[in-house]
Amino acid sequence: MSERVAVRKTYKLFIGGKFPRSESGRSYLVQDSNVSLASRKDARDAVVAARAAVKGWAGATAYNRGQILYRVAEMLEGRRDQFVALGSSVDEVDAAIDRWVWYAGWSDKLPQVYGGANPVAGPYFNLSAPEPTGVVAVVAPESPALLGLVSVIAPAIVTGNTVVVAASPSAPLAAVTLAEVLATSDLPGGVVNILTGRLSETVPTLAAHMDVNAIDLTGVADADLAAELEVKAAENLKRVLRPAPADHDWSADPGLARMTTLLETKTVWHPKGV
Amino acid sequence: MTATATSARSELSELGRSETALRTFLHGLPGVDQVGAEQRAAQLGTRSIKTTAKAEAIDLAIRMVDLTTLEGADTPGKVRALAAKALRPDPADPSCPHVGAVCVYPAMVPYVAEVLRGSGVHLASVATAFPSGQAPLEIKLADTRAAVEAGADEIDMVINRGAFLAGRYKEVYDEIVATKEACGDAHLKVILETGELATYDNVRRASWLAMLAGGDFIKTSTGKVPVAATPPVTLVMLEAVRDFRAATGRQVGVKPAGGIKTTKDAIKYLVMVNETVGPDWLDPDWFRFGASSLLNDLLMQRTKLTTGVYAGPDYFTLD
Repeated sequence: MSERVAVRKTYKLFIGGKFPRSESGRSYLVQDSNVSLASRKDARDAVVAARAAVKGWAGATAYNRGQILYRVAEMLEGRRDQFVALGSSVDEVDAAIDRWVWYAGWSDKLPQVYGGANPVAGPYFNLSAPEPTGVVAVVAPESPALLGLVSVIAPAIVTGNTVVVAASPSAPLAAVTLAEVLATSDLPGGVVNILTGRLSETVPTLAAHMDVNAIDLTGVADADLAAELEVKAAENLKRVLRPAPADHDWSADPGLARMTTLLETKTVWHPKGV
Repeated sequence: MTATATSARSELSELGRSETALRTFLHGLPGVDQVGAEQRAAQLGTRSIKTTAKAEAIDLAIRMVDLTTLEGADTPGKVRALAAKALRPDPADPSCPHVGAVCVYPAMVPYVAEVLRGSGVHLASVATAFPSGQAPLEIKLADTRAAVEAGADEIDMVINRGAFLAGRYKEVYDEIVATKEACGDAHLKVILETGELATYDNVRRASWLAMLAGGDFIKTSTGKVPVAATPPVTLVMLEAVRDFRAATGRQVGVKPAGGIKTTKDAIKYLVMVNETVGPDWLDPDWFRFGASSLLNDLLMQRTKLTTGVYAGPDYFTLD
């Protein structure tokens, strides 16, 4: 009997809950694996998928979103070895799992902390509630591959946004493997979309796209590029998260800023009655 | 026109006189190769149209749109807004052409006519008990006359599918002839409702029947049944108008309607027109898209080409 030939995996994009190749048909080599090289059009398709998912995801109850994020942590737990094999340390994988759980807990608490009743001089109830801004483009940090990625995706989606993530060009395997985790976690298709490849191809397109509501430039190391992207983002007044400083400690308490930057505040006036 | 075409034409015009002649002719039409039609339509859909060709195709497609609203909930205000959009689809860009026509229910025609008067945008009205066509002939004709009097210069009639499927071709023929007469100067578009005709052979027969009876346009669908315009059905209809012109010298227009939502779809249809019947039909007088949401996608793609930035639906009106 002939020796078995191992099946090699092609790392594909993650768009609308599916794993398509790049429409351009291109790929590049990372750690001996073929990874799709996303084009401008893949970015466009990802935004379409993300936009289509906004209504259902933003409309889901906070409790339900929290459950799904917790489910992601459960699924990730079962795949720890896989991420370690791709180069993440055991500590990093554990921290990434814990981060999903931490953000999952915030789903129904953030509106209480960040919104609430406002005292006003008149016979009205005045209530402010945070709402998701919509489609968020995210440039993932280069390292740590998994923890960094989780730390930018989870705070964006826990409040009801959907994201198009440009994975780090040098560490895409963790991103695509995370997509496999997300695909089995009850997360509706299109809530998270992941593009692998050159940032110079996908990110300017996302920054200029009129149907993207916010952009997180965390993974943009080049200050000039970051400035250029902010200019593009200004065209439709996107919310912008600035690039992370080079010495950012990803294992520290992340705070609330990542979540609150990607929210819009809705304030309602209601007559008090007699 | 050649002598043979003239004699063929007079021969064809005699067909409507008897049920038997009509049936013999329609059933004598060659059958449609279903696999071949579907394959051909799919193949034509794979052409890549880019840059300047795409820009031209988009502007042409915008000029071909019959901007349609056929809802029970239509109000004078809504159709006025739609008519204003038809005149100036992209208010931010004066170089954007106006659409081909606005298509509404007869009761809404007067409100649209006010807005469109003198603009060059046509005003189409559905008539003849749209969408089912199941009403007595007098009512259908009154419906048509009322729409024309109110200012419609194009009438979209539905054929009596019940009669067609039962084989009463003469009845369908006579209804189209009567409606054409009721139209006066208005153009008559004949809706075949291909989603209910079941086979491509029936689509071909219904196309010929509508053309023989004097229809100026043949239109695929009402948009009110689950299966609307598909590329193979449109291909069969395009072949019918091509053959009809070859036989009689009279050119008939084609209007796919329903289910065409994206620029990509629209361009596929334009490729099919060019490859099947040629550039003579690449004109709003001879080819139209019955659509509502298609226009916004065309405008977004147009904006992408002019600005280089992907547009978002937030920046275009909903209706």
